[in-house]
Amino acid sequence: MKMQVDDTMQRNNLVSREELQRQSEELLTALLQAIKKGNFDNVYTDDYAQVNDILSDISVMRARQGFSPRETNRFVLSLKQALCDVLEQEHAGTPEVLYKEILQVNSLLDNLSIIAFETYIKGREDVILRQSDEINEISTPVIRVWEGILALPIIGTLDSSRTQTVMENLLQEIVETGSSIAILDISGVPTVDSMVAQHLIKTVSATRLMGAECIISGIRPEIAQTIVHLGIDLSNIVTKATLASALQVAFARLNLQVRSIDRMAAPLLK
Amino acid sequence: MEKIPILRMGPFLLVTIQVDLYDQLALNLENDLISSISKTGAKGVLIDISALDIVDSFMGRILSNIASMSRLMDAGTVVVGMQPAVAITLVELGLKLHGVYTALTIEKGIALLQQQFTLRTSGQEEDTSSQDE
Amino acid sequence: MSNHTIPIVREQDFILIRSHIQELCAETGMNLINQTKLITAASELVRNILNYAKSGKVMMEIVSINARQGIKLTFTDEGPGIENLQAAMQDGYSTSSGMGLGLPGAKRLVSEFAIQSAPGKGTIVTLIHWKDGH
Repeated sequence: MKMQVDDTMQRNNLVSREELQRQSEELLTALLQAIKKGNFDNVYTDDYAQVNDILSDISVMRARQGFSPRETNRFVLSLKQALCDVLEQEHAGTPEVLYKEILQVNSLLDNLSIIAFETYIKGREDVILRQSDEINEISTPVIRVWEGILALPIIGTLDSSRTQTVMENLLQEIVETGSSIAILDISGVPTVDSMVAQHLIKTVSATRLMGAECIISGIRPEIAQTIVHLGIDLSNIVTKATLASALQVAFARLNLQVRSIDRMAAPLLK
Repeated sequence: MEKIPILRMGPFLLVTIQVDLYDQLALNLENDLISSISKTGAKGVLIDISALDIVDSFMGRILSNIASMSRLMDAGTVVVGMQPAVAITLVELGLKLHGVYTALTIEKGIALLQQQFTLRTSGQEEDTSSQDE
Repeated sequence: MSNHTIPIVREQDFILIRSHIQELCAETGMNLINQTKLITAASELVRNILNYAKSGKVMMEIVSINARQGIKLTFTDEGPGIENLQAAMQDGYSTSSGMGLGLPGAKRLVSEFAIQSAPGKGTIVTLIHWKDGH
């Protein structure tokens, strides 16, 4: 019986033959133990606890490895054919018994496949959750431009969960570095509607509550147009067209000056 | 009765809030601070809230009140060391700390008070609020 | 999953409530910002109860739907109730000397917020804050 099942399942080539063999053996052993107890109906009882655990592990793993739902489910359903074949041989002479047993095996495996499917989906959801967290993290770097000056280039749309991450990262960095000026650069934000503007205003307000100043840079002409057309009031916030001019303001606030070195004096510095 | 100590630092007063502020204690602080300003003729108040995990609308009102009252007595108010989580929460709550200035550290707070004091004495009145609306 | 009810009679009761919420936050792994938002919202509601109903209680529990975990707080009082709920949920509306941010502010801080009240029938405020804050 084991042989048959393994054969059926080796059609998948996303995991190694040995791994697959091990998984199906594990599952089969557990399943046989459960069946011995004579319970064919309720897979949510303790008899099937081990089977369910193994099945869940396999399904979650497959979700992470990128198996399709069809492939994952076939792993379970392929048992059906194998078990039916065995039953057919055993009860060849008594069709009534065969029919009954096949029915039982069918419903049992259907239930198991539902469990596999449920955990597969859960595994996928976990993957998605983790990825969206990662995207949030990656897409909001805080750069220490200068002593006391932080810059935060925002790329992509600014929704409320993103704003929260931006605020968290920015404020934490302000505390850690003792920076008194933060520049939010929105050149990479495709559109600024009233929601996005609201999020920007919130970020600026929170920065101010901490005792730091926030400058918004990277206002493209079309963004300036939409801001005015939508009647969004940003007059309380220092805004600049480019990151460079925001930096200039920041330097001025910190009483710093950037000069080009006099060519005649330059050799002396070497 | 529990009290929050008020320290004198030159022309300024320093209050470090380190305990959970329930309402009566916060109201006491307001009273004590205002009478200290009048007694000492302090020109500014620094309120260090770096140990506070929670600032709700009641606490926010106390801070605003202290700022407005000290202002009437010619003293500025700077809130120092607000935690990031508190700042984000206040913004979401919709609370504006009217008339309250903020600074990252006590040093920066003192510098801010000094700068305001110089501005006031030189006759140029500064803008009433650092908070946007 | 534990659910816990604490009476609200004095200002200091908030300290107990808050430390219990902190425990629940640690259990669900809620981050500091969401924890701060939830506790601040709880603080607003405790104050509301003390100001208007004088006493009440809060039930605190962990809830989960699918893979999402959150903390649910149910504030109950048998006070005078709220006559005009719609107005009470608006910013700046206050019948006392407060800033009128209590109810609407608390609502903005948490994921889900529901209020039931009628004059003479007390008030029930239920709020849920999901671990991810949305």
